[in-house]
Amino acid sequence: MAETATRTKPATRAKSRRSSASAANSGPFSGESAELLRGYFQQMTLIRRFEERAAQGYTQAKIGGYCHLNLGEEATVVGLMSALRKTDLLFTNYREHGYALAKGIEPGRVMAELYGRTTGTSKGWGGSMHMFDVEAGLLGGYGIVGGQIPLATGAALAIDYRDGDQVVMCQMGDGTTNIGAFHEALNIAALWNLPVVFVVVNNFLGMGTTVEKSSAESELYKRASAYRMHGERVDGNDVLAVRDTATRLVQGARESGGPALLEAVSHRLKGHSVVDPAKYRSEESVQEARDNDPVANFRARLVEAGVLDEDGAKEIERSAQADADAAVAFADDSPHPEVSTLFDYTYATPVANDSRRLPADPVF
Amino acid sequence: MAVITYRQALHDTLRDEMHRDDDVFLIGEEIGVFEGSYKITAGLLDEFGEKRVRDTPIAEEGFVGAAVGAAMLGLRPVVELMTINFSLVALDQIVNHAAKIYGMFGGQTSVPMVLRTPGGGGQQLGATHSQNIELYYAFVPGLKVVAPSTPADAKALLLAAIRDDDPVLFLENLALYNTKGEVPDHVEPAEIGKAAVTREGTDITIIGYSRMAGVATQVAEKLHDEEGINAEVVDLRSLRPLDRETFVNSVRKTGCAVVAEDDWLTYGIGAEIAASISDGAFDYLDAPVRRVASAEVPLPYAKPLETAALPSAESLTTAVRETLDAVGRRR
Ligand SMILES: Cc1ncc(C[n+]2csc(CCOP(=O)(O)OP(=O)(O)O)c2C)c(N)n1
Repeated sequence: MAETATRTKPATRAKSRRSSASAANSGPFSGESAELLRGYFQQMTLIRRFEERAAQGYTQAKIGGYCHLNLGEEATVVGLMSALRKTDLLFTNYREHGYALAKGIEPGRVMAELYGRTTGTSKGWGGSMHMFDVEAGLLGGYGIVGGQIPLATGAALAIDYRDGDQVVMCQMGDGTTNIGAFHEALNIAALWNLPVVFVVVNNFLGMGTTVEKSSAESELYKRASAYRMHGERVDGNDVLAVRDTATRLVQGARESGGPALLEAVSHRLKGHSVVDPAKYRSEESVQEARDNDPVANFRARLVEAGVLDEDGAKEIERSAQADADAAVAFADDSPHPEVSTLFDYTYATPVANDSRRLPADPVF
Repeated sequence: MAVITYRQALHDTLRDEMHRDDDVFLIGEEIGVFEGSYKITAGLLDEFGEKRVRDTPIAEEGFVGAAVGAAMLGLRPVVELMTINFSLVALDQIVNHAAKIYGMFGGQTSVPMVLRTPGGGGQQLGATHSQNIELYYAFVPGLKVVAPSTPADAKALLLAAIRDDDPVLFLENLALYNTKGEVPDHVEPAEIGKAAVTREGTDITIIGYSRMAGVATQVAEKLHDEEGINAEVVDLRSLRPLDRETFVNSVRKTGCAVVAEDDWLTYGIGAEIAASISDGAFDYLDAPVRRVASAEVPLPYAKPLETAALPSAESLTTAVRETLDAVGRRR
């Protein structure tokens, strides 16, 4: 299955996989390089530790606003991101810390954005919901449900306009498939055959509303058929399944230019945001999420298959914890933006007669 | 110097800019095969093809958002929104996304797009199709809102809007499309955010934009010819950024002002102008600032009602005379 990801750049990807020491030739990880598997575990663990630190920073009032975590969705996040090239573009909703990390942004810069510091991904202007980094190809986290979907379609239009070979991935939650922007943007992407893969992370909940209560067709990948688009569902708790399916759809978009819809079924381990105690959730639903914990389960599989031993796993966990702690330290040490920069980002083409004033300033 | 219509000025500018810059493309409902509801884009599909003149489904949020996304990657979409009334369906993409992406991401990407859209009443189109809601957009930092009143300005401002790196709402007016005016052979892009003193005078300042800027000039000329009144006319041209300096300076000279606007009075653009005059020229004022605006009703279809509801040359003339009477300046 590795071939699908490497078709356009066979030399580099295939080589790096084969060159690793202990490729498993049989068993559950047949054909996978051990190095790559450990890499996925490392990334998932980093997201886990990072999000735990984010939750902590929030309760310490170091992080303000809303703070939506990827806890429980790590396999989906890492699987999706490993299907993209660095030059491919990603649009997400507000639940994007993990995506920023897995797309290759320094943990310190991600944490610094949560802390509202100038060293953050959006220089402290965005916060948890609005991270951005052109170099990493993260074209934004967006706080309005569904707002990112037409934008992603437009980015794909720009790629198509310039005959580029990038693909756009557009992440959203299950609740988002019911807003008009979803339908308008998927229709347009299909009409114009644009290279965009829409990904619905179905964690069964939009805040407190279940997918069955909000979506008349709760098997969300089926909605693709309304737009003559390929739709597919994958186990979002299995990083390899997500990677393989996403890789196939991304490659399809790259080669044929057309869009696809991928539904990754996952679970939210905690509330909608850090402050949500999730009282609306049944014991069974919480237990189901725990049973499906993608990080713990992947760890167990790796140890069982001999890809990692207990010490190796602990080492990865220690290093992820150290990275998360370092991110916090970096954020803590970073400066707050100067108030004198308040008017710097209203317009890209500056204007002479803009009302640049603070409430305390005289009018003229 | 040629005399052409406002419509022609817009058409010529779009065509010239598409020739000049491959990144400029047009997107909107019925702009290609149908040649635009108001025919601004006539012939452009034949000339530039479907890639650059893109007919969309009736999905304002979808295609405005797609234009924003394309602009984030450096293309320069010029969106035609059939009329400003339908822009409300795309409000989220305009206000929450186009306007904020530059600031929200700390200046890392801008949205160089133009939203062309006609507004205005007087065509008996009823309440949902006759609104002057440019204020909704002029309220939002991050957007620029321009409103040309003449063919020459339509050209200069559209050039500026297309070349600007920010999202610009380009307000047209149904009543202006067939109006004619002189347009120089070579037009430079206007400076967005600069008002124009379109008629110099000393007795009173009349401030307008779009259709009412033209009405203000007619009224000023007539009052001059018939009554010897010397009114100064300021055409705002840009609603955001707002050039306070130009009209405040004018009022400092004349001592009184009337604002002529097509939108509704309460919270309207005239309210902002009057407040700015009070801030910047209070000591120079000889009379309260008067505002002539649309009646505060959903615009009716029936002709006599519609006519009565819209500001006109007559209502503006009355307001100017009454203000001059109040300051004892009527001859
Ligand atoms: C247009 C809009 N309506 C409502 C909200 C408030 N809101 C934020 S997240 C959310 C739930 C979305 O759920 P889902 O799409 O399943 O994503 P998830 O949070 O599970 O990632 C709601 C209702 C919003 N941000 N934007």
